[in-house]
Amino acid sequence: MTPEHEANAKLAPTADGGVCVALSGDWRLRRGLPGAGEVFGGGTVAGTGTVRFVDGGITAWDSGLTAFLLASADLLGARGGRVDFDGLPEGAAGLMRLALAVPEKTDARRTEARRGWLSAIGEAAWGTVERVVDMLAFLGEVVLATVRVATGRGRMRLRDLLFLLQTCGADALPIVLLINVLVGMILAFVGVVQLQQFGAAIFVASLVALAMLREMGALMTGIILSGRTGAAFAAQLGSMQANEEIDAFEAFAIPPMEFLVLPRVLALVFMMPLLTVFADAIGILGGMLVAALMMDLSLTAYWRQTLASATLTHFLLGVGKSFVFGGLIALAGCYQGMRCGRNAQAVGQATTRAVVAAITLLILADAAFAILCNELHI
Amino acid sequence: MAAEPPKIELRGVELAYGSYVVMRDINARIPAGEVFVIMGGSGCGKSTLMRAMIGRLAPARGEILFDGRNPFADGAGAASERRNFGVMFQGGALWSSMTLAENVALPLEQYTRLTAAEIREVARMKLALVGLKGFEGYFPSEISGGMRKRASLARAMALDPEILFFDEPSAGLDPLSSRRLDELMLQLRDTLGATVVVVTHELDSIFAIADTAIFLDAASRTVKAVGHPRELRDHSPDPAVRAFLTRGESETNDRPAAVPASSIE
Repeated sequence: MTPEHEANAKLAPTADGGVCVALSGDWRLRRGLPGAGEVFGGGTVAGTGTVRFVDGGITAWDSGLTAFLLASADLLGARGGRVDFDGLPEGAAGLMRLALAVPEKTDARRTEARRGWLSAIGEAAWGTVERVVDMLAFLGEVVLATVRVATGRGRMRLRDLLFLLQTCGADALPIVLLINVLVGMILAFVGVVQLQQFGAAIFVASLVALAMLREMGALMTGIILSGRTGAAFAAQLGSMQANEEIDAFEAFAIPPMEFLVLPRVLALVFMMPLLTVFADAIGILGGMLVAALMMDLSLTAYWRQTLASATLTHFLLGVGKSFVFGGLIALAGCYQGMRCGRNAQAVGQATTRAVVAAITLLILADAAFAILCNELHI
Repeated sequence: MAAEPPKIELRGVELAYGSYVVMRDINARIPAGEVFVIMGGSGCGKSTLMRAMIGRLAPARGEILFDGRNPFADGAGAASERRNFGVMFQGGALWSSMTLAENVALPLEQYTRLTAAEIREVARMKLALVGLKGFEGYFPSEISGGMRKRASLARAMALDPEILFFDEPSAGLDPLSSRRLDELMLQLRDTLGATVVVVTHELDSIFAIADTAIFLDAASRTVKAVGHPRELRDHSPDPAVRAFLTRGESETNDRPAAVPASSIE
């Protein structure tokens, strides 16, 4: 490659106090072009004179040239100078006229004001407060919708509720069973290894039964449904929001709270406890399987020990939790879905937020239950 | 005759999102049975005005009257008033989890005491009206964009509303489908006697259907003109309105010369 083919800009002062910039060589993007800052850097061109760009032997050009010219125009314009592209090839001059002729619509453009860290913290705090208030408002609307439907003044289709009961209940059963049998087996493994050292292997039955009934049955089912159903609620309602379907409901004066949100909340609140009962049973079965295979405990002895430690209180505590968990998962999913923005990216965000929020709420609620049970000696 | 209030009346309506004013001081009277077109450049607040008219956004100032009443003032009459509205949204906004027949049937199920068989018949008839006979069992995702818009129109007419709203009916349609939709709108207006409000910036549609058009100007955030579009095109004192209605051809051509593509390597 010969040097004269390289992109080059020669600056020469003109008689009227301006500068003439002669561009030469190959001004295509892949050649590695000089930047506007390099050519006009260091204050070599300042003041109010006109900077005239002329063709000093440009062999080829593409968007690289016009990008350089636009950057130059911005740079020189900021210094108070004027630019003139009339000496360039007709195509390039025409493109520059187009680029600079577009009237700037200032009110539609985002103004990014620079903020200090203090105001950023303040705004974040206010944002959090507003979100919490908004969530409480949402919860209130759900309660009001429940009251209206319960008193027969609301609008909810039984058909929708039945369909949702199926999708978030019966359809979720296989995965709930699989995960919980594994959890029961893991609990038994851990217990056997430790308890055998003390010759107390039979208490594995108590460990598995208590852990499944009080904690793991409801919690694992909750986590599965957060990812499975909570996310689905957020994605369904979110894409309906993006597609104006929610607006269409409101245009017909069919309140989405009653018609869309309530059946989802009810379906999960009904199905969570049922799934949890299955989860408890299969978990205990999994533990029994491990105990039978790893230890020389008889199944009868294991079963008797299970029955002795698994009281109704433990069972009801787990089922009671699962009601609350179901409600929390459905609310998190529906809230994020209903407050979703109107584009595809927002739907993805809503889904992610729904799962994160649901799991966080589950763990928080479980911790609150643990403290309560401790205080109440349950 | 003068005692009869117009079907829809806008009185000094100001639209705002929070402190951001979109449009101020909108006044218009729309007699029953007219086609009223809201036009203007992109982002000037056309859809916002429609949202306000269907009661989805409260005007910051002024009021919107239907038959001389403001149904959204106290919120009590809002639900029953909305049943008198049929709305066709920009993308159709059909409920994607339901078939076309179910889409049309849902408002009927909610607001009438018809039996399931009657509702099915009415839904079939409404779909047939918009040329979708035989597509009752299809889901919105299984049909084309133009069919979706027509299905949405069928749903908007489900309750035989007195006022039909259309948001950008011809957006995304080819010229023929768009024209058929315009003709369909006029036919329905004539047969149902409904008042029609259309948001659009398609010039062909505007001239074909509008009895009255209102031109919203984004720069001044006010109404620039109200009247019949042909009248406005030829005699409006405002150059911006004439330019809009003639695609800028009445202005002096100050756009830069087109750049030949061959000069760009």
